[in-house]
Amino acid sequence: MSGTMTEQTGQNASFGGMAARSSAELNKTARISIRNLDFYYGTNKALKAINIDYPEKQVTGMIGPSGCGKSTLLRILNRMFSLYPGQRATGEVLMDGKNILDDSVDMNELRSKVGMVFQKPTPFPMTIYENIAFGIRLHEKLSRSEMDERIEWALTRAAIWGEVKDRLNASAMGLSGGQQQRLCIARTIAVRPEVILFDEPTSALDPISTLKIEELIDELKRDFTIAIVTHNMQQAARCADQVAFFYLGELIEVAPAAQLFTAPKQQKTQEYITGRFG
Amino acid sequence: MSATTQPSLAPAKNLAVAARLGSSRRRSDVIARFLSLLATAIGLVFLTSILVTLFYKGFNAMNLSVFTEVTRPPGSNGGLLNAIVGSLIQVALGTAIGTPIGMLVGTYLAEYARGSTFGGIVRFVSDILLSAPSILIGLFVYSLLVLPFGGFSGWAGVAALAIIIIPIVVRTTEDMLSLIPNTLREAVIGLGSPKWKMIVLVCWRSAISGIITGVLLGIARIAGETAPLLFTSLGNNAWSTDLTQPMPSLPITIYSYAGSPFQDWIELAWAGALVITLAVLGLNIAARSLFSGKK
Repeated sequence: MSGTMTEQTGQNASFGGMAARSSAELNKTARISIRNLDFYYGTNKALKAINIDYPEKQVTGMIGPSGCGKSTLLRILNRMFSLYPGQRATGEVLMDGKNILDDSVDMNELRSKVGMVFQKPTPFPMTIYENIAFGIRLHEKLSRSEMDERIEWALTRAAIWGEVKDRLNASAMGLSGGQQQRLCIARTIAVRPEVILFDEPTSALDPISTLKIEELIDELKRDFTIAIVTHNMQQAARCADQVAFFYLGELIEVAPAAQLFTAPKQQKTQEYITGRFG
Repeated sequence: MSATTQPSLAPAKNLAVAARLGSSRRRSDVIARFLSLLATAIGLVFLTSILVTLFYKGFNAMNLSVFTEVTRPPGSNGGLLNAIVGSLIQVALGTAIGTPIGMLVGTYLAEYARGSTFGGIVRFVSDILLSAPSILIGLFVYSLLVLPFGGFSGWAGVAALAIIIIPIVVRTTEDMLSLIPNTLREAVIGLGSPKWKMIVLVCWRSAISGIITGVLLGIARIAGETAPLLFTSLGNNAWSTDLTQPMPSLPITIYSYAGSPFQDWIELAWAGALVITLAVLGLNIAARSLFSGKK
């Protein structure tokens, strides 16, 4: 019941979003601001002097050829890179007035605020219910009924409740690829982050599942600030309010989507979006 | 000449050459196949003759008293009950002690020490231990737990078996954890999970069927070990569940009975060998079906 309603509103919002996009102004409030960010893999400098704002409750698309640093930048926003010795970032990534690159930052707390959805679906080897409950239990103590409610909410928001509500206790490994990806989105939003990072979320999915995820992203931006890395320029055009083009570790241009795709200011951007390289 | 650069326009092959090549290749194929089959047959002949002899003599010697009577002097209708129970106790305790240690070491190697020098050293030592002659481990425990404490004991046997199973569990745990894709780890970390929760709640759960398989194979291995028990729990002809005293075990009993001049002891040794073989076979089948069932 609630599932079908959300699907409808989701679709409406997505059509509305598409129509509104070309004329929409970018939100002026930045949820995350990056200032003079450099990033190193060992001694290899992978990002150079990046400055970019992620507007609150809008979708920022990050495009560019392979190896341009777009995924690297995404993995800085939740300090994923800190898992790997030898990777190092300098500069400022400001969120709520704090530099999240500081050593004093509690990374588990940061990651509860900045969730991430990966290229390949990554269901945990447990039931659908437990997959969602896992992240919630890391940060909150909920009663059984609160937990049930939160899980239904997350699955509904991820537009998958209708498909799984009768088999919450079945293994998540049995879902299709597209369903697994939406489950992963549900798992991410169940923690109630403020920012969601999507790292090429549809590159392993078929066109129908891709469409569903794109609609979902459009619907999620009402509540979340979203950054999405994509290889697919059409996808960036469909989903993003603001698009950033990266090339060889530099941010070449960042602009509202309509502007970047129709009237880019930089020669390189023009060449890339017209398919001359990459 | 253009035929060589444009294969599609090449004239028909030289049929005589093709026929000659074909027949010589067929001949090598026949020879290779014959040699492989011969090698397989030789291996199988020895294996089946061992198993057939074991089953034939073992079943003939098998009767209820093997499982209900303790070992007795020759000619007095003894059984193997104390040896079986002794083996069960030592193998169970050895596994119970060795498995958690092995799992934690394997986890350390796979999750914390990847690429580190110290991890490399630990892995190397563990691999050496894996293939070390088990009598060395018996001697090691002998000098560590038997000499200082003034005598052979069940605990010493347990320790020797635990030391043998540890590297097996280390290896399987590390191998199974290494199979888990890094994206799964990042997905857990990305939710804001501390690393230990990632390991305990997700990585172990993903790898558990493989780890259990390794443990079962490890149990099968230590259940048949004789050499490390010779210097540690020694064996005991009486009923004993006291781990501070010398403790009987199946392999040791088989070892001493099979070499004895008494016909009924020799028969009991066959029965004991059959019991161990069937138990190991059962464990192997369980391990295989568990692993393939979960995969």
